[in-house]
Amino acid sequence: MAFQFSLDNHNIKEPTPDTLYDLIIIGGGPAGLNAALYAKRKGLDVAILTRQIGGQIINTSSVDNYLGTKNSTGVELVETFKSHVSSLDVQIAEYVDVEEITPNTAVNEHSVKLTDNRIFKGRTILLATGTNHRHLDVEGEDRLAGRGVAYCAICDAPLYKNKNVIIAGGGNSAVEAALDLAKVANHVTIVHRSQFRADKVLIDELYHNSKIDIHLQSQIKSIEGEEFMTHINVLDKENNSDFIVEADGIFIEIGNVPNSYLLKGLVEFNDLGEVIVDEKCATNIPGIYAAGDVTIVNYKQIIIATSDGAKAALAANDYINMQKAKERIENYGNVK
Amino acid sequence: MEMLNKELQDQLREVFEKLEDNVTIALFTDGGDCETCNETKSFMEELSGLSEKLFVKLYTTTDNVDLAKEYNVTMVPSIVLLNAKGEYEGVKFNGIPAGHEINSLIPALLEVSGATSELPEDITKEIKSFDKAINIKVFVTLACPHCAGAVQKAHKLALMNKNIDAEMIEAQTFMEISNKFNVSGVPKIVINDEYELVGNQPIQAFLTEMQKI
Repeated sequence: MAFQFSLDNHNIKEPTPDTLYDLIIIGGGPAGLNAALYAKRKGLDVAILTRQIGGQIINTSSVDNYLGTKNSTGVELVETFKSHVSSLDVQIAEYVDVEEITPNTAVNEHSVKLTDNRIFKGRTILLATGTNHRHLDVEGEDRLAGRGVAYCAICDAPLYKNKNVIIAGGGNSAVEAALDLAKVANHVTIVHRSQFRADKVLIDELYHNSKIDIHLQSQIKSIEGEEFMTHINVLDKENNSDFIVEADGIFIEIGNVPNSYLLKGLVEFNDLGEVIVDEKCATNIPGIYAAGDVTIVNYKQIIIATSDGAKAALAANDYINMQKAKERIENYGNVK
Repeated sequence: MEMLNKELQDQLREVFEKLEDNVTIALFTDGGDCETCNETKSFMEELSGLSEKLFVKLYTTTDNVDLAKEYNVTMVPSIVLLNAKGEYEGVKFNGIPAGHEINSLIPALLEVSGATSELPEDITKEIKSFDKAINIKVFVTLACPHCAGAVQKAHKLALMNKNIDAEMIEAQTFMEISNKFNVSGVPKIVINDEYELVGNQPIQAFLTEMQKI
């Protein structure tokens, strides 16, 4: 058996709670990493606080739409991002969860508290926390989570060797999950409530795979099973009839919801819970920025999140320079 | 059989410069050709060749029954890390820690060597307060990018409290035990064979479950 090794960089320095950082970035996905790169190049002191470097991309088996990379896996793309960023002495705390952001615009010193009670301070804060998996919100989904209901195809596919699985969804991630699972599973059924939204190249591959069955215009009503999931109940919307699909597992790949709760009640959101930002990724609180999938930006794409991260970092740099200029003028006034 | 390429060897050599003191990798096999045992043995031997502070000792569960019992080794291959004094601190890997799991093995080696990371005072106090025997199983797959984080936290808890024993279990190699604990999504954390968590949870979530014991 051949084994691969995906070695992380274990030489990255952790940020320290007693430092006042110019920019604290919450989230280590493409937006956060690129913001760190741009901010560092402007000479800012930068810290990243993240649950996991790479964010959602690490769950992606292949990335083919990021300019300059072809046939890359999500993990490989993250590796290139990470090695670029870590060559610039960016301090990163990984595997941490942020509990609370407390803005203090009076002194331009905002604090970020982790669930392990450490508190970091920054002149500016960038929220780049991306999104979480959207749930189907049907009976049985929560009860059977981890008991057949799964959200990470790349993680859990090996557990479904020679088993029957269902994929819920019709976008790129659903179709990719179906193609990945077809490599190990006995049989794959895609169930989607409307038509495919995935890229044509992927859909073509799907229809050519004899292991995969497809049900479009089909709405999942419930996930059933006692200890473990056994089947789903589905409404065929065209014929207005019910049917059952039996399976050992279901992977839910129906899109995402913004992971914006840290700024809830602090800054303005749209109806979807996305952070409202201007063309410079600024929120309505001075010094607090947001970038990438957590914001109102259209089209949640790696390259778009990456470029938003750059914008946010440059805007934060402008803001800090302006604040410093103001402070100098004020101090000058005092001396006089 | 060479497991680690030149580039990886160089990177690991650099990381291992941070090892404070000696660490013994006690590897248990069944002495036969158990699944991934040979690969795990090669991997561990190659790792120990990258630092003068790393040592491998080979044991079998048939010839070293008492030792296996002392370290709570119930599966093979099983990697038990021993500190410079030769003590077991509750850090164990069942199955080969390849793929993404190399990222839980490295911090474990560093921590057992004495290159420890600090947690805030109140959390440290809570972790140290558990006085009952606690076993934490973390089920993983090697393709799972989130799993190493969960394993690392479980091992950290074990290192901070001698009543806690933490083990990674590679779900594919140990299908039977994975099925017993209904592992259909990883990481899956099982505490004292009873309390369950799914996903790479924050350390507080571990502590909340542990308080139920």
